[in-house]
Amino acid sequence: MEIVLSLGIAALAGSGMWLVMRPRTFQVILGLSLLSYAVNLFIVAMGRLQGGAAPILAERGVGNPAQYADPLPHALVLTAIVIGFATTALMLVVLLAARGLTGTDHVDGVEREP
Amino acid sequence: MTRMFDHLTIAPIVLPLVAGAVLLLLDERRRVAKAAISLASACALVGIAVLLLIQADAAGGTGTISVYRLGDWPAPFAIVLVADRLSATMLLLTSLLASAALMFSLARWQRAGPHFHSLFQFLLMGLNGAFLTGDLFNLFVFFELLLAASYGLALHGTGIARVKAGLHYIAMNLLASLMFLVGVSLIYAVTGTLNMADLAARIPDLPSEYRPLFEAGAAILGTAFLLKAGMWPLCFWLPTTYAAAAAPVASVFAIMTKVGVYVVLRLWLLGFGSHASEAGQAGGEILLYGGIATVVFGAIGTLASQDNARLAAFSVLISSGTILAAIGIGQVGVTGGALYYLVSSTLGIGAFFLLIELIERSREPGADVLAVTREAYGEGDEALPEDDEAGVTIPAAMGMLGFSFLGCALILAGLPPLSGFVAKFALLNAALNPAGAIPGGSPVGPARWLYVTVLMVSGLAALIAMVRAGINIFWIPGEQRLPRIRAIEMIPIVVLLLLCVAQTVQAGPVMRFMNMTAEALHAPAAYRNRVLEPAATAPMQERGTP
Repeated sequence: MEIVLSLGIAALAGSGMWLVMRPRTFQVILGLSLLSYAVNLFIVAMGRLQGGAAPILAERGVGNPAQYADPLPHALVLTAIVIGFATTALMLVVLLAARGLTGTDHVDGVEREP
Repeated sequence: MTRMFDHLTIAPIVLPLVAGAVLLLLDERRRVAKAAISLASACALVGIAVLLLIQADAAGGTGTISVYRLGDWPAPFAIVLVADRLSATMLLLTSLLASAALMFSLARWQRAGPHFHSLFQFLLMGLNGAFLTGDLFNLFVFFELLLAASYGLALHGTGIARVKAGLHYIAMNLLASLMFLVGVSLIYAVTGTLNMADLAARIPDLPSEYRPLFEAGAAILGTAFLLKAGMWPLCFWLPTTYAAAAAPVASVFAIMTKVGVYVVLRLWLLGFGSHASEAGQAGGEILLYGGIATVVFGAIGTLASQDNARLAAFSVLISSGTILAAIGIGQVGVTGGALYYLVSSTLGIGAFFLLIELIERSREPGADVLAVTREAYGEGDEALPEDDEAGVTIPAAMGMLGFSFLGCALILAGLPPLSGFVAKFALLNAALNPAGAIPGGSPVGPARWLYVTVLMVSGLAALIAMVRAGINIFWIPGEQRLPRIRAIEMIPIVVLLLLCVAQTVQAGPVMRFMNMTAEALHAPAAYRNRVLEPAATAPMQERGTP
C-alpha cells in the first residue's frame, strides 16, 4: 500500500509542479490543485498508514494501541482541504479578472513574442 | 479584573475577528460607521498590545511568559497562545502600523473598493494570531488567514498592474503554503507533536535515524517562511506586488515580511539555536549568506528603481535581509540589535509607503521615468529659468512632505540622528564584538566582516537612492502642482516618524528591552518549561470555572 500511495503522491505532485511552471493561468491553477491533492495525501501518509484501525478508542475501554490510527493528521487534512479550496476559488476570481483586464491568459499578462 | 486580564492574550485575535464580522454586515454606504468601528478596533489593539507588553516585561530578567490554554487543556494536547516579550513587541508594532494605515485610508482609499475595512481587520487577526500562536498548525491557519485577507487587499482598487502582480503573489504564496504543509506534516511524522515548545523539548532526544527526515522537514518549512520573509532568491514577487498595492495596504504589508522573519527567529532559536548540530550550523550559514544576498539584491534594486514605490519595496527587502543575516550570526547582542532594527525599519518603511502616495499626487504622472531619463542624458539643465525672487516660498504642505521624506531617508539609510543609526550601530557593534566586551577576544570571522561591509554599503545605496529621489521630487525646476493633502493623511506619517524619534530618544531603555528579549530567545528553556508546565500550577487554572 505504501508503494501505491507514494507513487500516487509522486504522480500528482510531479504533474502539478509541471503545470505550475506552464505559462497559462488555467494550467497554473490546475497545477496548484493537483499539488494540493498530493500534499493532502502526504499529510495522511505522515500519520502512518494503517488499515482497519480505529482513531483513539475501539468500542469500549481503551483499544489496542497497536491498532490505533492517529486522528490528528486527518483533522489537519480537513483544515488544509478547506483552506486550499477557498484560496483556489479566490485565485480563480483573480484569474478571470486578469483575463478580462489584460485580454490574455498568459501569467505575465502579455503574450510572449513568437 | 484578574480574570479579564487572563483573557487579554486572546483579545488581539478575537477583537479584529468580531470587528471584521460586524463590518461585513454593515452596508457599504454607511461609511462613517464602518470607519469608526475599524479605527476603534485598531486603536483598541494598540492599547491591548501595550498592556501585554507591560505584562510581559513585568518581572524583569527573562520576563513573564503568559500562556493561554484554549479550553484549559494541558499544553501539548491543545492549542496554546503564548505572549512573551517578542510577541508583545510584534503585536504593538502591528497595531501601530495598522492604526496609521487605517487613518490614512480614511481620506480616500477606503472608497476604492468594497469590504476594505473587513479585510483589513481579518489581516490584523491573522497577523496577531501568527505572532501569538504556540503551535505549528495554528501558525499555518493564521498564515492562511492573513494571506487570504492580503490577497483581497493587494487587489484593492483593482487596475491591471495590481491584478497582474496579485496573480503572481497569490500563486507564489499558495505554493509556499503547500510547502508549509509538507514541512509541518514531516515534522509531525517524526516527532509526533506540533506544539513549538514540546517540539523544542523533543528535538535533542530524536533518534539519529529520524534526524535526516526531521531536518528535511525543517528545511522545507524554513523555505516557506523565507519566501514570506522575501529572502533572495525567493523574493522576485515582492517588489512588484508591494509597489502595485494601494498606499495604506503597502504600508501595512511592510509588517508581513516581518511575520516570516518573526517565525524564523522564534522557531530557529527554539529548535536549533541552543545546541549546535551540523545541520544547525548549515542552517545558520544559509540564513547569514542568504540574508546578505538579499541585502545586496535590495540595495541594487533601490539604486535601479525608477519610481518611489519600487524604491520602498526594495527597502523592505534590505530590511528583512539585514535581520535574517543577523539571526544567522546567532549572537545575543546581534539579535538584540536586529530586533531594534526591525521596529525602526518597519515604522520607517510604513511611513515611506504612505508618504510616496502624497508625493506622487504633487507630480505629473510618469515624472519618475522622465527624471531618470533626464539624469541619464543630461537634458533639462539648460532649461533652468532664472528666478526673479531671492527665495522661493515653499508652501507648508510641501515643507511637511520634505521634512517627512528627510525623516524616512535618515531612518532607511541609517544615518544619525534618527533610530536607523542607533539600530545599525547596535548591529555593527555587536557583530564586531563576538566575545562580548572583552578587548582582544575571539577574532572577527570573514563572514562577519562581509556582513558589516554589506550593511554599510546598503546604507550608502539607500542614501544615494533616497537623495536622488528627493532631488527629483522636491528640487525640480518649473511649476509644481500644489498637492491637496488633508490633515488626516499627514498625521499618520508624522506619528510613525515621531515613534521613530521616540525610539531614538529612549534608545537606552528600548535597547535594554530588546537585548533582554534576545537573551530570552537564545535561552529557550524558560519558554519551553513555561508552556509545558502542568496546567494545575498555571494562572489559567486558578480562575476557576465561570
